[in-house]
Amino acid sequence: MLKYIIPLVLFIIMAIFLALGLNLKPSEIPSPLLNKPAPVFSAPKLQTPEEKLSPADLKGRVWLFNVWASWCTSCRAEHPVLNQLAGQHAIEIVGLNYKDDPNDAKNWLNTLGNPYNVSIMDQDGRIGIDYGVYGVPETFVIDKKGLIRYKHTGPVTAEDVQQTFLPLIAKLQAEP
Amino acid sequence: MKHLLFIFLLMMSCGSYAVDTHQLSDPKQQEAYETLTKELRCLVCQNQTIADSNAELAGDLRRQVYEMLQQGKSRQEIVQFMTDRYGDFVLYKPPFKGKTSLLWIAPVVFLVMGLTIVFFFIRRKKAVANQQSQAGALEIDVEKQKKIRCLLEKGDPS
Repeated sequence: MLKYIIPLVLFIIMAIFLALGLNLKPSEIPSPLLNKPAPVFSAPKLQTPEEKLSPADLKGRVWLFNVWASWCTSCRAEHPVLNQLAGQHAIEIVGLNYKDDPNDAKNWLNTLGNPYNVSIMDQDGRIGIDYGVYGVPETFVIDKKGLIRYKHTGPVTAEDVQQTFLPLIAKLQAEP
Repeated sequence: MKHLLFIFLLMMSCGSYAVDTHQLSDPKQQEAYETLTKELRCLVCQNQTIADSNAELAGDLRRQVYEMLQQGKSRQEIVQFMTDRYGDFVLYKPPFKGKTSLLWIAPVVFLVMGLTIVFFFIRRKKAVANQQSQAGALEIDVEKQKKIRCLLEKGDPS
């Protein structure tokens, strides 16, 4: 009897590991930045490069930090979702225009609509490194104290907005 | 054979194209640069180091390592900088701690498990073989004794 039970148990253990492996997403790397202060930067705004923005300017507000680029095809898929979210005025959306040509970026916003309250430029990708960006688009939710509370890798879908972002934003807005 | 050689050479050629490398004046720093870029993972391609990868991010991270070395930052500081931003996953050789302990211990556990199984398997086989040969020896003895008895009783017919 044991002769049959041992291989069966081994098989079940193996099957469990394989099933877990199938459901893991290796492209989603957990961010060590969660619940840490949003890294400091001072970057020129896309529309008015002579003005600069830093996270300190946004203290006391809940904001979304969305990394995007005109060369990024997934960003195109995400864009309507952001436009819709911006229309709800639930949260301030700050864009990080990552490794992009400013003219391409402005063209993109003019043709597809601009969901961002403001976009800042990160032409050499240094702010991206500070935020642990490894794939565009990425989206961070930052609370009133300036802590990163959530990170989303890949395009945000309408479902993500309904199920994750809006409840989280409501919760963070309610915090002191 | 010629085909094989051709395929082999093709395979060799894949790894040999150079990606942009930074040159540091201090040979010690240059060495540190080379080892560091071989220990950091490119997070876009995931199975390549930033020294191997042509991805844009890998280029940016190489630049970061280069600049930090130029500023006189130590190896430790650079590794810390990277893990603060990208987590332990950025390291090809993850540190030993609670979260990664399974990763380090599992191979040893499996090796010990395998050796134990082999040990018992061999021991059982040996025991079975011994039993069989003993039984065999007895059988021969019984048969021989019968023959001897037979011979003694009837006398040698020859």
